[in-house]
Amino acid sequence: MNEISVKLRVWRQASADAEGKLQDYKVENVVPDMSFLEMLDVLNEGLARRGEDVIAFDSDCREGICGCCSLTINGVPHGRGTGKTTCQLYMRDFADGETITVEPFRAKAFPVVKDLVVDRSAFDGIMAAGGYVSVNTGAAPDGNQIAIGKDIADKAFDAAACIGCGACVAACKNAAAFLFVGAKVTQLALLPQGHPERERRVIRMVDTMEEAGFGNCTNEAECEAVCPKEISTAHITKLNREYARALLKLS
Amino acid sequence: MILDGKVPSGPIDSRWDRHKRDMLLVNPANRRKFNVIVVGTGLAGASAAASLGEMGYNVKAFTILDSPRRSHSIAAQGGINAAKNYKNDGDSVYRLFYDTVKGGDYRARESNVHRLAEVSVDIIDQCVAQGVPFAREYGGMLDNRSFGGAQVSRTFYARGQTGQQLLLGAYSALMRQVDAGTVKIFARREMLDLVVANGKARGIVCRNLVNGKMERYVADAVLLCTGGYGNAYYLSTNAGNSNVTAAWRCARRGAYFANPCFVQIHPTCIPVSGSHQSKLTLMSESLRNDGRVWVPKNADDKRPANEIPEEDRDYYLERRYPAFGNLVPRDVASRNAKVVCDEGRGVGATGRAVYLDFTDAIERLGEDAIRDRYGNLFAMYEHIADEDPYKAPMRIYPAVHYTMGGLWVDYHLMSNIPGLFVLGEANFSDHGANRLGASALMQGLADGYFVIPYTLANYLGGAKLDALSTDHDSFAEAQNSVSERINKLLAVNGARTVTEFHRELGQILWDKVGMSRKQDTLHEALDEVRKLRDEYAQNVKVVGRSDDLNRQMEVALRVDDYMEFAEMLVSDALDRDESCGCHFREEHQTDDGECMRNDERYSYVAAWEFKGRNAKPELHKEQLEFKFAEVKQRSYK
Ligand SMILES: Cc1cc2nc3c(=O)[nH]c(=O)nc-3n(C[C@H](O)[C@H](O)[C@H](O)COP(=O)(O)OP(=O)(O)OC[C@H]3O[C@@H](n4cnc5c(N)ncnc54)[C@H](O)[C@@H]3O)c2cc1C
Ligand code: FES
Repeated sequence: MNEISVKLRVWRQASADAEGKLQDYKVENVVPDMSFLEMLDVLNEGLARRGEDVIAFDSDCREGICGCCSLTINGVPHGRGTGKTTCQLYMRDFADGETITVEPFRAKAFPVVKDLVVDRSAFDGIMAAGGYVSVNTGAAPDGNQIAIGKDIADKAFDAAACIGCGACVAACKNAAAFLFVGAKVTQLALLPQGHPERERRVIRMVDTMEEAGFGNCTNEAECEAVCPKEISTAHITKLNREYARALLKLS
Repeated sequence: MILDGKVPSGPIDSRWDRHKRDMLLVNPANRRKFNVIVVGTGLAGASAAASLGEMGYNVKAFTILDSPRRSHSIAAQGGINAAKNYKNDGDSVYRLFYDTVKGGDYRARESNVHRLAEVSVDIIDQCVAQGVPFAREYGGMLDNRSFGGAQVSRTFYARGQTGQQLLLGAYSALMRQVDAGTVKIFARREMLDLVVANGKARGIVCRNLVNGKMERYVADAVLLCTGGYGNAYYLSTNAGNSNVTAAWRCARRGAYFANPCFVQIHPTCIPVSGSHQSKLTLMSESLRNDGRVWVPKNADDKRPANEIPEEDRDYYLERRYPAFGNLVPRDVASRNAKVVCDEGRGVGATGRAVYLDFTDAIERLGEDAIRDRYGNLFAMYEHIADEDPYKAPMRIYPAVHYTMGGLWVDYHLMSNIPGLFVLGEANFSDHGANRLGASALMQGLADGYFVIPYTLANYLGGAKLDALSTDHDSFAEAQNSVSERINKLLAVNGARTVTEFHRELGQILWDKVGMSRKQDTLHEALDEVRKLRDEYAQNVKVVGRSDDLNRQMEVALRVDDYMEFAEMLVSDALDRDESCGCHFREEHQTDDGECMRNDERYSYVAAWEFKGRNAKPELHKEQLEFKFAEVKQRSYK
């Protein structure tokens, strides 16, 4: 297979409060079968050999399920191509000599920690505000006690597939987290297990989302376009409906 | 020394129940006075921390990653076993117990395995109640499939993302406790030492991965839930941050490491494509339900797969194991793939791959049915291997996947250091010499949800713990030793990168302590590992600062630990002069190349005590007894 070379413009920022800037690198001998992150590994290996500080970025599973990797590539969170995370991009999808700009996920609620690493703990805060069913260990009835139709179970799964990467937020002009919150709220609103806390949950999660600095939904569906799990904006519609329903019920 | 697993007596099927009645309790009002540290928030850690928080303990949970919603556990695809017998096909707690003991080739502790099978049913109930969207049948009941060669359908699943859904369930329970104020999360923290004071585990020293600061945490008990050490082999299906450091640091503080040579090599992974490879991707074992494994009969047959006629193909698993065929256990399938590749019959550019062919299944069931079953896996394969598996057979090869070995624990999941408990893949307890599919998720959650809440109370209820603060000498000593290590590594400023060393270590282990092992090459491996370890200390180059987010240094510390640990791993493989499960010693095989166990001499758990960097580790044995599962030679013919 033919090796290619690429020019990278990578966001370097020493720490949360340091100034950042794009820095140029050239990576040669790139094998098309390399993943994008493996290409960065090779670059880092070279930097390390020369005694330079390596480029910091997050990754763990490298197979599209943990939600760690979080790069904005040529302006698009997780790069071009639908239904993929950064770690699922391969160099065969880039051209020889191409210039690639690599930045962190950008959002007010996701401050940069270093280089391409951002702090997404605001998502954990939202989850702690009701993104659960209150059932203690040991208190559960038999799993088949409540019948749940296959279509409901499947729909709940579609919502639950969210990997919490934050691409939806990074893609949105307003840095809204409606898709993330909508997915969780929908999953638990569909399932009978989630019903006892349905109203309280949606109100608290939405309030916490707003307090954390996420913006308002603009209905432009940029979030759906970059979501690696292709979670649909129908979940946002559902979130809005659940929120209105809860307000009505609680008033 | 002969080790005591502290297994209660009496009939196996009521042991755990009776023991639960006998154990000490901590009364609800007192629980908040106890501080518990949970290191790791994978399935084992998250389920433990959430459950203990619910009970009222004061819990601190630590993870390397940025959020407890992520961990290696999230990648599990296939499913989780439970002896529910919803399919009415003859499953039972006893059968799950028996299959697991046999699957592990009689090298696991019977009582632990039985308890695991018992609580398996509660796990499913718990997860369903949390809102885990398991697959359902049209009638609304939970669906099951058969998995990993089991003869009953006992595997619960959530599409190909079971680990993700189970982890998100445990994570949501955990976040509920954060909300309730019983659990505090410490993300981006790496435990780098265990603090032992007056003979008991009393805390940890962590590095804050964002700013490099050393942090000390004191507690009444420490729960280690830090996963497996497969990444010692450099390439594996494990997540990049999986490591042995936490466990190894405990071993250096006196905890015994059990059966380190029991490393599972999974038969169905996407083959290595080049030296840039950073990890290997698993193709779920469920594919073997419909895929047929083959290679050409002749080594010089280089035709594309589709042009090789039936009569020139060798469906070697079906040929050698007519009863189980393509569904033989993982160790057997992996070893056979290696054998045919060693014979020169491997396929693909590197010759280190075999075909997994769906042509027959597509003909029989139609492409749509196959797409329905495995669509996401096929897409994943096509994406990585750049080849359409509906048209040409997949190419697969074994890869390091799971580690059955781990820190030694007794029936209470407590190590030989009082107050140090070990859960999930980090302990050695339930899978013997080979783990069956869909049983690691089960074990992690069994440990966290249903075992530790009882056994921890028993410990705390009876332990006499002195008041202790992080000013104690034991904390200062631990912190200083960590800082010293870090400074030493940064000061070497040698000529080779951390990754180069790691890759080389992985290659030694893969070649000589992988699917097939023998005495002389194990001795070679031992020498090579020692040399590499010494070179590492002299010639590694670690860039960056210690007071900064520094990935190079994080990895450098982990590789440093793999280097030491590898020596114990090889020593264990040398000591175990028999073949069992994943541990295939070429000297011990039957005429047709199957594992030959030696129960008379090796029916023990090998628990190793670290004796210093240049000293031989000392072996302690826990004798295994099989009173309830009849011991047989495993046969899948
Ligand atoms: C691709 C793949 C598919 C699999 N599929 C299945 C399946 O279908 N069924 C099945 O039963 N099993 C499966 N397994 C195995 C199973 O997923 C794992 O064995 C299991 O999830 C391990 O869980 P754990 O909680 O013990 O550890 P992990 O999930 O590995 O969690 C370890 C935790 O410890 C933390 N940690 C580690 N070291 C430190 C440290 N020093 N300081 C602080 N924190 C630390 C990590 O951040 C993480 O949170 C699969 C494994 C792989 C690789
Ligand atoms: S590294 Fe896990 S999703 Fe990319």
